[in-house]
Amino acid sequence: MGPTQISFKEHPPAFQTSRKAKLRAEGINMVFTRDGAAVPVLENINLEIREGEFVCLLGPSGCGKSTLLNIIAGFLAPTQGQVRIDGELVQGPDSRRIFVFQERGVFPWLTVEGNIGFGLFRLPRSEREQRIARYVRLVGLQGFERTYPHELSGGMKQRLEVARALAVNPDMLFLDEPFGALDSITRLTMRRELLRIWEAERKTVVFVTHDIDEAAQLADRVVVMTARPARIRRIVEIDIPHPRDISSPRYLKLRDSIFEEIGLAHNV
Amino acid sequence: MFFNDCVSVLKRSGRIRKGLSPAKLLVRLRPWLFLGSLMVVWQFGAGRQSTHILPGPLSVAAGIVELAQRGLLLRYIVASLFRVTWGFSLAAVLAIPVGLTIGSYRRWEMALNPLLQVLRPISPLAWIPISILWFGVGDVAAIFLIFLASFLPLTVSAMNAVAGIAPVHIHAGQNFGLGRAQLIYRVLFPAVTPQLIVALRITLGIAWLVVVAAEMIAVNSGLGFLIVDARNAGNRYDLVVAGMVMIGVIGLLLDTGMRSLEQIESVRWGYSED
Repeated sequence: MGPTQISFKEHPPAFQTSRKAKLRAEGINMVFTRDGAAVPVLENINLEIREGEFVCLLGPSGCGKSTLLNIIAGFLAPTQGQVRIDGELVQGPDSRRIFVFQERGVFPWLTVEGNIGFGLFRLPRSEREQRIARYVRLVGLQGFERTYPHELSGGMKQRLEVARALAVNPDMLFLDEPFGALDSITRLTMRRELLRIWEAERKTVVFVTHDIDEAAQLADRVVVMTARPARIRRIVEIDIPHPRDISSPRYLKLRDSIFEEIGLAHNV
Repeated sequence: MFFNDCVSVLKRSGRIRKGLSPAKLLVRLRPWLFLGSLMVVWQFGAGRQSTHILPGPLSVAAGIVELAQRGLLLRYIVASLFRVTWGFSLAAVLAIPVGLTIGSYRRWEMALNPLLQVLRPISPLAWIPISILWFGVGDVAAIFLIFLASFLPLTVSAMNAVAGIAPVHIHAGQNFGLGRAQLIYRVLFPAVTPQLIVALRITLGIAWLVVVAAEMIAVNSGLGFLIVDARNAGNRYDLVVAGMVMIGVIGLLLDTGMRSLEQIESVRWGYSED
């Protein structure tokens, strides 16, 4: 996370979240048909995610981790298996669980305010306005309330999309390589922002990335996936509290274990 | 980072802008200067020739004044605009919902596309005999021609606009719990509006081309009729060119009006380069 931080303070463990299972994916198989040929994408995925947990799905590009996220979010139905959230079978998208796309997901025809208020159409006007103001502040977009997305930078659009998702007070957030299109400096800032927001709001987060450092910096647990057809290779617990000292031996050891798991050497 | 964001936003929104320098003023004036000198050359050339190839700008201007005095100018403009308004509006009201619906269902699109592609290259003018057969000589025939000329391009544009909606926007709409009607009203419509405005602008241009042709044959009023009538009744080429100039000016005004819709804040995103 940006500059190396050495902290002498006692931190509570990173996952002092309740141990209650939030999400349970059981025996997920996914087969796409392409030009008449069956292409297996996901193979026997079993995964449990606890409430309030920050989980990264990590794997090479095109391995199927986004497909898994889309299944969890209810946008795709798996060929086999099922996903249960709070014991309830997932059968479609739900406003209690918001999917954050790359910054392309914001509605270009709405202002910052309009975007953040998009999902709040059931609330009375005054409450809606309060929520909008709150989330504008949370993601630091004050002064841009009436601005349209095409006038915002990539990082601002990404923050806007996160704010739009949080405004409906979901219990889960699904992020699909949300910072992939940002420059590396903005990406680091955004990671810190996301962690700050996550610590403030304590949503259960499932975050797809192909960036090993990103996964190791953010997640409570990193689900390492294989190349296609994707299976879960291993789940690495990152038991380091935030803010993480990314030069600490413990961090480096865990990160390197992920590198090894993926089969990459230490040297470039 | 925040500061950089602000600066780049202000730059892009054009709030940091230099004043109009004399050099830029010249650039702005250049098209008018060119037009003016062309007029001078035209007048000079028209005066030098003995045969009547083209009336000069002064006699064309006199022709416009004469038409205005006889009360024909306003009457014919209104007649032409009346037909365009009806034909074009009917087409827009029908074609946009039809096109959006067809575009939303891939099977319908696949079924109807061949028919549309065959009808599209047929000039609306080829329908003149049939429209006279069906509706007789009169306003309805002309309006029908304009309707035909506008309907197909608008339908096809609406179909393409729907097909071009980013799936992330549909998914986001569904994710926030929008029902079908809400999804159409809050995601689909705003997403296609920029493209529809362009399609309406281009189609209005086509409608304006077609009304002139339709009026030459199917009716006895309007700017198209004026042109044919001025030639038939005494070779008044000054009035012919006067009619042409009026068609051009009104066409430009219509286009400018439609173009101004593209400046609406909530559709501007559809035209920005990034």
